[in-house]
Amino acid sequence: MNKLSTSAKVYLTIVFIVLYAPIFYLIFYSFNSGGSMNNFESFTLEHYQAVFEDSRLLVILINTVIVALLSALISTIIGTLGAIGIVTVKDSKMRNTLLSLNNVLIVSPDVIIGASFLILFTMVGIKLGFASVLLAHVAFSVPIVVLMVLPKLLEMNKSLIDAALDLGATKKDVMMRVILPYIQPGIFAGFFLALTYSLDDFAVTFFVTGNGFSTLSVEIYSMARAGISLTVNAISGLVFFVTVLIVVGYYFITSRTSKRMEGQR
Amino acid sequence: MQTKTSKSALFPYVLWIAFFVIAPIALVVYYSLLDLHGNFTLDNYKAFFTSVYLKMTLSSFWYAFLITFFTLVISYPTAYFLTKTKHKQLWLLLIIIPSWINLLLKTYAFIGIFGLYGPINAFIEVFGFDPKQMLFTDISFVFVSVYIFIPFMILPIFNSLDRLNPTLIYASRDLGASAFTTFRRVVLPLTMDGVKSGIQVVFIPALSLFMITRLIAGNRVITLGTAIEQQFLVTQNWGMGSTIAVFLILFMVIIMLITGQKDKGGRVR
Repeated sequence: MNKLSTSAKVYLTIVFIVLYAPIFYLIFYSFNSGGSMNNFESFTLEHYQAVFEDSRLLVILINTVIVALLSALISTIIGTLGAIGIVTVKDSKMRNTLLSLNNVLIVSPDVIIGASFLILFTMVGIKLGFASVLLAHVAFSVPIVVLMVLPKLLEMNKSLIDAALDLGATKKDVMMRVILPYIQPGIFAGFFLALTYSLDDFAVTFFVTGNGFSTLSVEIYSMARAGISLTVNAISGLVFFVTVLIVVGYYFITSRTSKRMEGQR
Repeated sequence: MQTKTSKSALFPYVLWIAFFVIAPIALVVYYSLLDLHGNFTLDNYKAFFTSVYLKMTLSSFWYAFLITFFTLVISYPTAYFLTKTKHKQLWLLLIIIPSWINLLLKTYAFIGIFGLYGPINAFIEVFGFDPKQMLFTDISFVFVSVYIFIPFMILPIFNSLDRLNPTLIYASRDLGASAFTTFRRVVLPLTMDGVKSGIQVVFIPALSLFMITRLIAGNRVITLGTAIEQQFLVTQNWGMGSTIAVFLILFMVIIMLITGQKDKGGRVR
């Protein structure tokens, strides 16, 4: 490969600056003792303190984390079982149908997912709030888990299972001690992605959350609509920190085990 | 593989498909045929073909086109240069990280940046220009959207460029093609799949964004997504909202057919 020309370097540098500038701009002003994002008066941690002293905000934060963890867990179970099930489907037409249906929620715009779930929950009679948000998050995370687990199952050598059976393993043994350990990296990747999708989601949650229940993104939206508040900046500083931690963790797990998963997102 | 135990594994998954994939779409179609009082009618579809909604659809497409175009123009060279860097996977990761930061926070940042007393206006004033209100304009809306979508466009293009066999480029150069001809006749056609899936993951969400229009464009820009949100959550006219949703789904299917779908890209919210 030829070396990068200077102009290419300049171009890349500008792109990187533009990509990161708004984020650091937010974080920079989260330490501003003034009340705006315009002139920096002096360094302070009061906005971070305000986040941790605002009990309403803390409840929302806890809600967000609980919904993310629970929905990631449930969707990982359903998705993993689904992937294992899909592999057993021999009829290729049937299998393709399942896979296409799997991808519907991945390509659908969030507004449509949100609106249709709102209709669904109202029709079925599920009260808008924690339950509806959790169900919605499980629903849109399942297909991602399937897409993460499926490649692992497909690359698995079938003779491993035959060998285990020949050696006298029961079906349960095969599942617990052969299949699951083999596809474990895919399951972890799916769980992480489901977690981040849930933490990140705004549009779907916005539709299916009633009054009285809120997640961080919905709360940020209403705060941002009200105007600039440096509390939001402090939240973004915290979110950035947590996001980087999750990304590093995710890449550590996937790159250690499989190169194929890279770029799936 | 196992038959009985594995087949029963499919059960919760199929239940999920029935309840969260098929039922919601069916319900949207059903609701699009209802008026405000729950009677069957085709009025919503008639309303959609009046000038108000057609204009909105057109402008939504126009903005989505602009957003996709600028995103592509910025992203292609970025992806191209990235593949030539030494630690390209690391650099790619650094491009991806901003896309994991909550969309709303990034949008919120621009409220400050574009504000009357924000850094851009401060910069303009250095050159003696008067500060301008940049928020609540369509340019700011397009800018912020392009900013949001850049990583999602770079990723598929990077992947297809990365897969490109370099010997093809050497061969082209050896046979006397100029750098530009090589790019136009060899590199670009071979990476078209990446470009197409990039367009797919940008264009469809760009049609349906609503929070950026609300926060940055101040209701000046109305996309299909904004209209759906408005009908569902403000006007409470679920019938009309569903009708717009039905058309958005149709447009989505058409776009996916045009751009093909070999690669499943990311998703943007």
